[in-house]
Amino acid sequence: MAELLETLLSWFHVVREPVGGVLLVVGGLLAIVGAVGLLRFPDIYTRLHATSVTDTGAATLMIVGMILLSPTGWVALKLVFIWVFMFLANPTASHAIANAAYTAGMEPKIGPSGDTGEADR
Amino acid sequence: MSVVNPDIGVLLVNVTLLALLFFVAIAIARLRSLFAIVMLTGAYSLISAMWFVAVDAVDVAFTEAAVGAGVSTVLMLGAMLLTARTARVEPNWKRLGPLAVCLVTGAVLIYATIDLPAFGDADSAANSHVGAMYLQRTAAEIDIPNVVTAVLASYRGFDTLGETAVVFAAGLAVSLLLGFGERSLSASHKPARANLKGVLVPSNKSDHHVVLRVVAKVLIPIVMIYALYVHFHGELSAGGGFQAGTIFAVAIVLYSLLFGITAALDAFPVIWARSIAAFGVLLYAGVGFWALMNGGNYLDYDFVLPPDDPDYGPEDANTWSQHVGIILIELGVLFAVAGSLISIFYAFAGRAPEIRDEDW
Amino acid sequence: MFEFIGERYNYWMIIGLMMIGLYITFQSSNLIKRLTGLSIFQTSVFLFYVTLSKVNGGSAPILFGRDWKGQGKKAEAEAANGATGDAVATPYGGDGHGDAGAVGYGPVDGLYETYSNPLPHVLILTAIVVSVATLSLGLALIVRIREAYGSIESDDVARADLETALAEAADRDESEATA
Repeated sequence: MAELLETLLSWFHVVREPVGGVLLVVGGLLAIVGAVGLLRFPDIYTRLHATSVTDTGAATLMIVGMILLSPTGWVALKLVFIWVFMFLANPTASHAIANAAYTAGMEPKIGPSGDTGEADR
Repeated sequence: MSVVNPDIGVLLVNVTLLALLFFVAIAIARLRSLFAIVMLTGAYSLISAMWFVAVDAVDVAFTEAAVGAGVSTVLMLGAMLLTARTARVEPNWKRLGPLAVCLVTGAVLIYATIDLPAFGDADSAANSHVGAMYLQRTAAEIDIPNVVTAVLASYRGFDTLGETAVVFAAGLAVSLLLGFGERSLSASHKPARANLKGVLVPSNKSDHHVVLRVVAKVLIPIVMIYALYVHFHGELSAGGGFQAGTIFAVAIVLYSLLFGITAALDAFPVIWARSIAAFGVLLYAGVGFWALMNGGNYLDYDFVLPPDDPDYGPEDANTWSQHVGIILIELGVLFAVAGSLISIFYAFAGRAPEIRDEDW
Repeated sequence: MFEFIGERYNYWMIIGLMMIGLYITFQSSNLIKRLTGLSIFQTSVFLFYVTLSKVNGGSAPILFGRDWKGQGKKAEAEAANGATGDAVATPYGGDGHGDAGAVGYGPVDGLYETYSNPLPHVLILTAIVVSVATLSLGLALIVRIREAYGSIESDDVARADLETALAEAADRDESEATA
């Protein structure tokens, strides 16, 4: 049993750095996807949907990658705290924007967007 | 031999972030909507904070993110809501003069950079003399690892005292110009009505903000504790009095944005903000006088806890006294910055707009 | 040629940012936009100063490793060998070369690690806080101008001032004529 744990631990130390790096890159790509969504979507609610999910997801992946790459346990613990705070604050900020848009009276756009070539209905 | 930084990563980060800053600045120049301009200014400050981290200036990045991207954006939004929403378009002929002046000035400055030291040169005049000396002497004389805090609080304590006084003066001046938020107390205090269950609720509360209020009730105490953490860890890692004061003020601003300015004035009255700001400056100057009375120079922290050794000379170090002195003046800075920023915010938020909706 | 650009590109880009901020300040008649341009100009000046403080291969100016009470894995190995790990506080007299052989590279005399220069960081910390103080004061003045003149375009404000001055002069001439 102890040998199995030792083997697992040695594997962990081997894959720690590549996996951490891959997670960081994937998180960055997810953030770029979110930014593309922000540019391409037609109205505020769809844009919010694109950015809130991808931003929080990208931040989570990057923080997990950084936890795998962190030199000491203290740094990993602090990163966990940062993640908890971000998990609380990011969706709340998106909710705040959607709330403000709704209270200000902006209606979600219903129907096909202008890209299909049809006239606006 | 070349002193160009061979690290391609630093080069890429540098170029990318500076290019981002370029685009944001050009967008600000071209926009007419003041709301978008204010938001982009906040983004500009945040991207420059990222750039500061990339060139190892972590304390500066912390302060720029907290102060520039946090508080400045709130204050500009508050001012914008009291004044105007769009900027007028300039005719094209009026842009030629400023453009010519800026191009000429830019060309002259670029010509002057030929004489500047190379980027990253450790032997440049700026990096060789006093800066290197601070790095060498901090461990023995002040015994804290964060050299920036050691320089800010102890070696250059006079500058920081002046800066604290400037923040206090700005808070005072803004309060004199815009008041202490009394107008909001007299306006729009609607009476409470009973809802369907017979419970009295104030009529300006609506169900729209319930998620934000719940999350804020969890986050605001954490933010305040974080402000204290940043203050006491200023000696060990990035942090210090300015960042801590700003974070504390931001917690109060968050409360006020979600629960209303009246509730915030009940929770943290204006008299507290004013008194705390004044007390902070007094504490800082007072530590200097205390050192003076104990036989040292003004703001010489070696004499805050005076040494017992009668042979104490100018070459000896009294590190525990330096610690105490630095903690005290950082407390002074925290109080002054927090109090001033909160009174500035109250001044802006409490100024009920005299412009009606038809005037926009 | 590439070396020359590589040494200076930072300054050039930052000067470009400064000039954009200056252009916004000069060109816009809207007072809030003018303050925004000023704030961009100030922030790019901060970038310029911090550029001067960067040292190749350095880290943030927080003492660590063997420089701070001999901590770190290297220090433990050295202590095991009997060497001292504490930093030697030599007064100013070194010329900035460490034990790395390259010109303009290496730690300061008496330290083991390379750090960036902390002095410009301190100056810029002060400058950032002062900039928010002046920004808040400028914004307060703009709010008062809006309440007094009804507009925050500087052309309108100047025109209102001119008309007021002309009307006052006309009133004064009239009262002198009738008196």
